[in-house]
Amino acid sequence: MNKPLDEVATVSRVEIEDFLFREADLLDNWRLDEWLTLLTDDAAYYVPPNDKPDADHRFTLFTIADDIVRLRERVIRLKDPNCHAEYPPSRTRRLITNVRITGVDGDTIAIAANFAVYRYRRGELAREFVGHYRHKLRRVGGVLKIAERRAILDAHELGAMGAVSFIL
Amino acid sequence: MNDQYTGPGGHNGRPLVRESRENLSFSVNREVFVSREIFEREQRAVFDRCWIYTGHASELRNPGDYKTRSIAGRPVIFCRGGDGQVRCMINSCRHRGAIVCREREGNARNFYCMYHGWTYNTDGTLRGVPGEDSYPPSFNKSGMGLAHVPRLASYKDFYFASFDRDAVDLETYLAGAKAYIDLVVDQSPSCRMEIISGVQEYHIKANWKLLVENSVDDYHLVATHATWLNYMRNSGVNMSPPKGSGLLLPTKGLGKDLGNGHLTTDNPNYRGRPVARWISVYGEEAKADIGAIKAELVARLGEARAARIADTNRNLAIFPNLVINDGSSVTVRNFTPVAPDLMHVTAWALGPVEETEAQRARRLYAFLTFYGPGGFATPDDVAALESAQQGYASWREVPWNDLSRGMGKNDEQTDTDEEHLRVFWRRWNELMEARA
Repeated sequence: MNKPLDEVATVSRVEIEDFLFREADLLDNWRLDEWLTLLTDDAAYYVPPNDKPDADHRFTLFTIADDIVRLRERVIRLKDPNCHAEYPPSRTRRLITNVRITGVDGDTIAIAANFAVYRYRRGELAREFVGHYRHKLRRVGGVLKIAERRAILDAHELGAMGAVSFIL
Repeated sequence: MNDQYTGPGGHNGRPLVRESRENLSFSVNREVFVSREIFEREQRAVFDRCWIYTGHASELRNPGDYKTRSIAGRPVIFCRGGDGQVRCMINSCRHRGAIVCREREGNARNFYCMYHGWTYNTDGTLRGVPGEDSYPPSFNKSGMGLAHVPRLASYKDFYFASFDRDAVDLETYLAGAKAYIDLVVDQSPSCRMEIISGVQEYHIKANWKLLVENSVDDYHLVATHATWLNYMRNSGVNMSPPKGSGLLLPTKGLGKDLGNGHLTTDNPNYRGRPVARWISVYGEEAKADIGAIKAELVARLGEARAARIADTNRNLAIFPNLVINDGSSVTVRNFTPVAPDLMHVTAWALGPVEETEAQRARRLYAFLTFYGPGGFATPDDVAALESAQQGYASWREVPWNDLSRGMGKNDEQTDTDEEHLRVFWRRWNELMEARA
């Protein structure tokens, strides 16, 4: 499905970077309802298991495999003070680098980026989530949106990261 | 943190687990969650004596398939040899101790020690020693194979190892837990369940015994999992207890003693089951398919047994550190104590080998709705356990946990009572006191 990059006429890396940086800002500031508006109505969010980072969620147990219905419910949960794993909310800071456009197929733009997310909770050492994103973006009415969001962790196991209780 | 102990099971002659049937009280000293000495003692008294879950036959489909993991603190290779036989061998070279298999999993014709190049067959026998002619005549190559765990046995494809040569046989050990494993295995038309690919491995900064309690404690559901209950309600599932029932949850479940420290909840289902009870979360299009799965159960096992399997949830704790949750999906969850305040958890999904792609996808979707480090419930369990562990820093001032809920009731013990938790503690205490 990936076409040569010289056909990428409608999007620039700078535009993708601006988009990802804006998304990171919304997530780090827990502006989750606004974050949802960055997603298409059929968006999916995946965190593959650490031992099978390339697997398909239909056949393999993932850490997270949300369709848009469950993703919206996840945001409802994250905003609820009864979401004990994230109450008080963690402070997170995400650094996003090595942004690339890896292919364009019709209105879908495949992108890759590296991330380091630091998560801080009171009385705890920082937990570091390092990996890479593989997203599919789509223009909806001229506006870039996320159709598929895949956060792939580098560590061999979740281990001391514990839970992925925030949006990675 | 560590004080001196006088008695084998207690501190200065005082017990760690205290029960009074007259006063209807049951309490556990919080020191059992923080003491390094108790931690070391339970490694010997509990983990070196019991049958410890090792793996599932479905993880080793072909000769040469192996998994490396840690069992009761020992590095092992869980392997199907070239001869088809399943073994569990100590993953340490007989020469100088290095790990001979350093990969997580794979298929091997032999295991090669990278330190000096000794090579072992998949049945553990020593195959090659570089420069063998320099060894003295007394060097007995045939006696230098990889060590095997002293005991390895399986029940319905679940393999367990024991480091106690004198342990009772596995089926005797499992006691009443066998019938509850059967309720899981019978979900497959051929009685063959499989571990689904993708493993969840994560740490909880809490004592391992807290996860035993948490896995079977339905009293915590309403407070700890308020957001999950809310999600289910939003999805059209009725999560309210019947009016005037006095229940905390929609149905009245039971907590059961299965012998030898094993225990289970046994609850009429209200939260859906891939095999086989439809709820709205699965979508209308799944209704007919789940009906067909139920019909297969009925045809094969009869109405009563089919209903027993399809319409009940069971969180089964096999002493000491295996939990099989047969609820919104089936999870096999194993946890290893690393320090008094740290455990490593390994969790898998289990499903019938016959499942279609759609059924498997539905099972995995249902799994992640509740379970696992990205689920809607497990992260809050982790938060609760870590919170309790933090509270135990005050164990000297506030020494006792209360587990008396349900004591003195004349009728059966429910899933939101604590009798089944007491079953675990009585067995734990018995083993700790038996070790002089």
